[in-house]
Amino acid sequence: MSLTIGVPRELYPGEKRVASVPEVVEKLIKLGFAVSVETGAGAAANFDDEAYRAAGAQIAESAASLWAASDMVFKVRAPQPEEIGLIKAGTTLVSFIWPAQNPELMQQLAERKITVLAMDSLPRQLSRAQKMDALTSMASISGYRAVIEAANAFGRFFNGQVTAAGKIPPAKVFIAGAGVAGLSAIGTAANLGAMVRANDTRAEVADQVVSLGGEFVKVDYEEEGSGGGGYAKVMSEGFQQAQREMYARQAKEADIIITTALIPGKPAPLLITADMVKSMKPGSVIVDMAGEQGGNCELTVPGESVVRHNVTIIGYTDLPSRLAKQSSTLYGNNLLRLSEDLCKTKDGQIDVNFDDEAIRGLTVIKAGEITWPPPPPKIPAVPRQAKPVAAPTAAKKSAHGHGESEPMSGTSLAVIFAVGAALFWLVGAYAPATFLSHFTVFVLACFIGYMVIWNVKPSLHTPLMSVTNAISSIIAVGALVQIAPPLIGVGDDRPSTLILGLAVVALALTAINMFGGFAVTRRMLAMFRK
Amino acid sequence: MSASLAAVAYIGATILFILSLGGLANPETARRGNFYGIVGMTLAVLATVFGPRVTLAGVPWIIGAMLVGGSIGLYAARKVQMTQMPELVALMHSLVGLAACLVGFASYVDTSIEFAGAEKSIHEIEIYIGILIGAITFSGSVIAFGKLSGKIGGKPLLLPARHWLNLVGLLVVIWFGYAFLQAPDIGAGMMPLLVMTVVAVLFGIHMVMAIGGADMPVVVSMLNSYSGWAAAATGFMLSNDLLIVVGALVGSSGAILSYIMCRAMNRNFISVIAGGFGTGEGGAPATGAQPAGEVTPISAIETAELLGTAKSVIIIPGYGMAVAQAQHTVYEITKFLREKGVNVRFGIHPVAGRMPGHMNVLLAEAKVPYDIVLEMDEINDDFPDTDVVMVIGANDIVNPGAEDDPSSPIAGMPVLQAWKAKISIVMKRSMASGYAGVDNPLFYKENNRMLFGDAKKMLDEVFSALKG
Repeated sequence: MSLTIGVPRELYPGEKRVASVPEVVEKLIKLGFAVSVETGAGAAANFDDEAYRAAGAQIAESAASLWAASDMVFKVRAPQPEEIGLIKAGTTLVSFIWPAQNPELMQQLAERKITVLAMDSLPRQLSRAQKMDALTSMASISGYRAVIEAANAFGRFFNGQVTAAGKIPPAKVFIAGAGVAGLSAIGTAANLGAMVRANDTRAEVADQVVSLGGEFVKVDYEEEGSGGGGYAKVMSEGFQQAQREMYARQAKEADIIITTALIPGKPAPLLITADMVKSMKPGSVIVDMAGEQGGNCELTVPGESVVRHNVTIIGYTDLPSRLAKQSSTLYGNNLLRLSEDLCKTKDGQIDVNFDDEAIRGLTVIKAGEITWPPPPPKIPAVPRQAKPVAAPTAAKKSAHGHGESEPMSGTSLAVIFAVGAALFWLVGAYAPATFLSHFTVFVLACFIGYMVIWNVKPSLHTPLMSVTNAISSIIAVGALVQIAPPLIGVGDDRPSTLILGLAVVALALTAINMFGGFAVTRRMLAMFRK
Repeated sequence: MSASLAAVAYIGATILFILSLGGLANPETARRGNFYGIVGMTLAVLATVFGPRVTLAGVPWIIGAMLVGGSIGLYAARKVQMTQMPELVALMHSLVGLAACLVGFASYVDTSIEFAGAEKSIHEIEIYIGILIGAITFSGSVIAFGKLSGKIGGKPLLLPARHWLNLVGLLVVIWFGYAFLQAPDIGAGMMPLLVMTVVAVLFGIHMVMAIGGADMPVVVSMLNSYSGWAAAATGFMLSNDLLIVVGALVGSSGAILSYIMCRAMNRNFISVIAGGFGTGEGGAPATGAQPAGEVTPISAIETAELLGTAKSVIIIPGYGMAVAQAQHTVYEITKFLREKGVNVRFGIHPVAGRMPGHMNVLLAEAKVPYDIVLEMDEINDDFPDTDVVMVIGANDIVNPGAEDDPSSPIAGMPVLQAWKAKISIVMKRSMASGYAGVDNPLFYKENNRMLFGDAKKMLDEVFSALKG
């Protein structure tokens, strides 16, 4: 019997997202699952019941019947109190849970004897887990939406323009924190034409900021801020001092500030003080994306947009939900990838395999037993940054002296010259004069060949081989002179028939080469065209 | 024709041959270069036939032999598929080697040329060396042909103590060479000469058998070089400067090609010839850091979507494209994308395929314009600005392990930096590793997708998805 996946309507106030979309439902059914969707579940995200039905889903008339019929439930927000009562034992629940912040919820869920996979507990440093990283998908949407919200509240263009009526300077956007959300905000703001600056305590993200069209603002203080797992850590007092000065400077200049700074398990760091807000230009906008964790700005009111000191401070905590169709689709895809990993056999059964590090990390409750926090994941054996030291030296070693590589060292050059000189001396001392003249020709021809061949383009190496092949059939000349030489004054002991036979065969063989080689080269070269 | 006239004609032929090779410097002049070669060859043959060393009695034989050989050659040249070029070239090398042997034997038994003292010894050494090189070229090329055409398995055959076998062979050759020089007459010299020929043939077989399939570019160009040296040795033997010059040209050309191939694989020429790559020879364990993780498969339709939305695409072909005969579909896709304004280019690694320049010829056959087919050094800096890289049937030449994993068996080999592009798509039949037996960390990169299946079939699907 294949399992039924249930997708209830989200009950959390204002939540518009839904945990699965028709497109994903279709793929889940291909994996062997049956899918049941509560009526109206996707309405707020513009997916009606009909679309789900067309994709192959059952439509459940009420939340109660849905929960009762489902073996596995996909949700966005953690279950509300009224939902917990509906969960039947043995269900597998996939949702955001935030176990660290919600210990009572964990307890209640454990009591229902169910298995819970928390999308927020994914070991994000596993590269293969990235396809199911819902935090990343949601953060990237939030970053986009934050810029849109800011643009909405901001009274000017983002891009600079020169109009007939005068010049408009571009908006200056400062983004604090270049994580997924920050980077997404940088890209969006830069695409709108703003001048974007960004800062992060982790210096290694500077390149990413620049690649998205932003400018990385450094804090004048030496400290590495990477806290492992891709998150930032709490910085020293000296650093924070320098950072505050930098933020104060940026606040005076920027038209829009978007803050995204979060430290896992801690309240959001305070970056923008009330004084800094006061120093901002009237009409400026602050979007505080850390509102849920208390906010990066002193004056943020979580969940609301307020105006303080002529600055609009947006503290919405539901940014992804404000782009419900997009975020539902991405979240649905994340859950689909997870389902694929849970159901490798594609027969509609799931296997919560604790040997799989990604699944182990996700599973916060297994059959009523709290399994959170997971054991620290084994960091993959790949070294963080293998140093490419051996490579260039090895490459150089093999390149002795030819063509474009660097000149040989003095010693090896001397050795080669010495060996050469010795060989030439031997030849000169013993060989007869006729041999020497041939030898001269031979050595010079080698040099000519060397000079000529280095000019050949690599793309023509195959024609080069077939041409050299064809002209090496010059051996035919050797066979020709043996076929019927003028035999004047030669004794009768010359085995003329044998020689003739050998020479004729040799000539035929070289003729194959001669004609074949030139013809095939011609054919090949005719194909090369611009 | 007098001896002097013939000599002058030879000089003319020599110049034409040099111009012929020089013409290959770029595709525009290459056709003319080939023409120079044909003219040079015609001149050389005619000058010889009408020269002082050939009497009229030989002409019917000459015409007959040329007709038979020539028609076989032209027939083969017309029928050969471009993917089979390496086999054809190897087969032709073997003919040169065999011809050199035959001419050598004929020259040895020919009593019409008398030498005395040091000249006689030199002449005999020339014969001996000429036949030696000819025989190795012949048997080595035949085996290379067998391996390239799939008649013999591509796996290196490694006899126990093979280096000692080769050494013993060399000693036998030297010993019989001494006996050959000491022989009082032709009959007595024949035995050592034949023994040496047999040893040389065996050596040629053994040498190429021990070399793995993907080292073939080196072997083919090395045999190319040998065939040149065989011609040069024949020239010495017959005191013919034309043969010496041409042999030296061909020999150094093949030597340079072998060197370029070795450098492209970051391998030492000796170690390629010694054979048996990746077999732990010399105690080098072939275990780099094993890449962890999982590959992300992609469908042909998704591939088409990625290609359709890209601004710049680089295609990296490998031997797999030749095997699947996919070059024509590659061209269709290229043409379609280029008409849409996508900047499609090709990145060719020097050792892609089974002989130097193999990929270029295949793409040229499929009508891909050669100015978008770039070499590794020309294109490597452009990967970071590229949206999609398609790797078709290539593996080791795009292995990032060669650059950043010093323990990798192919560390230091220059590679195409496909992983620097925004997204790379690797087309492969399965997850089997390349000939070096090295796992490829590229496959596990986050921005890499795997398109499994036969290259031709998958590309056809991609193309129809692109159009539709």
